[in-house]
Amino acid sequence: MTVLDIIKSLGLKVYTETVGMDREITGGYTSDLLSDVMGNAQAGTVWITLQTHINIVAVASLKDIAAILLVKGLEPEPNTLQKSLEEGIPILGTSKQAFEISGMLYQLLYSNR
Amino acid sequence: MNLYQADLHIHSVLSPCADLEMSPGNIVSMAKNMGLSIIAITDHNSTLHAPLMRRLAENAGILAIYGAEVTTREEVHCVCLFADEDSRADFQNFLEVHIQKVPNKPDILGYQVVVNEKEEIIEEVEYSLHGALNVGINELEAVVHAMNGIFIPAHIDRPKYSLTSQLGFVPPDLNYDALEVSINSSIESICIHNPSLKRKRFIRSSDAHFIEQVGSVTTTFRMENLNFDGLLKAIKGIDGYDIMLP
Repeated sequence: MTVLDIIKSLGLKVYTETVGMDREITGGYTSDLLSDVMGNAQAGTVWITLQTHINIVAVASLKDIAAILLVKGLEPEPNTLQKSLEEGIPILGTSKQAFEISGMLYQLLYSNR
Repeated sequence: MNLYQADLHIHSVLSPCADLEMSPGNIVSMAKNMGLSIIAITDHNSTLHAPLMRRLAENAGILAIYGAEVTTREEVHCVCLFADEDSRADFQNFLEVHIQKVPNKPDILGYQVVVNEKEEIIEEVEYSLHGALNVGINELEAVVHAMNGIFIPAHIDRPKYSLTSQLGFVPPDLNYDALEVSINSSIESICIHNPSLKRKRFIRSSDAHFIEQVGSVTTTFRMENLNFDGLLKAIKGIDGYDIMLP
């Protein structure tokens, strides 16, 4: 499943236009502590968070995160968006809160197992 | 040049987590006993005790800086210091507009009281000062500097409510005046793990919540006269002004 697939299936907003649409997704990780994400998130995951600071792009890049998904309608700060375009990491958005969108993504990724 | 002992991170009884003994009067007495020349009262997301603190401190020959320990949207604690009553009042207004107003439950979260010089309660803050502002750390920095304040991310080495816990690492583009490091970490080892911090300014303070902690950790300021401008110069390390850490 690719970033584009989950955007279509979950009706996500895309802040980074066409960047990284064909990245392969292997799972999800929901956390708002960047130190925790640095320590524990796996490569290829969608990172679900409410953090919008520019450091999320560096952490995503470091951990080979497939895409960042912002919850509750939060938007990336301007320099965060700029950095994500440079790094080629898609930033997506949803109006849903983390529990709901995590459940939806989980179902989408694992319902056929 | 003169040397002054400073503790720029002290909570008063207004902070829900601070001990009830932390009245402005007791803090000033303790600061005097500890030989401090400069203190900053930095309650969580409030400056309401600062004016009384300054009056009491002046009588004791101590410079009391107006301040607050602000919780950003990322839940990073930042010490913000201001020169005068005008900027303090502006900043207090900013805090009240932007904090998420969750009603306080004193029996669970702690009492949040403002007292007078007789230690009588004159006000109780009804929303929780544990709450975060709906303002990101970059925006807070810009607001503090627009008010000619000093911006110091607090206890960056701590595993909670710090730049490193909340944001993973110190953002290279963040325009802080200094980074506060607890007494538990060596600046040298922080710089070994984060080479980009080598030329940054560091400060240590007590983060006192109990009276015996006031002045337990201090930074020495080398400056001409005891005032806010000198404090800023020393933190920045310009014109021969400087700070020395324990």
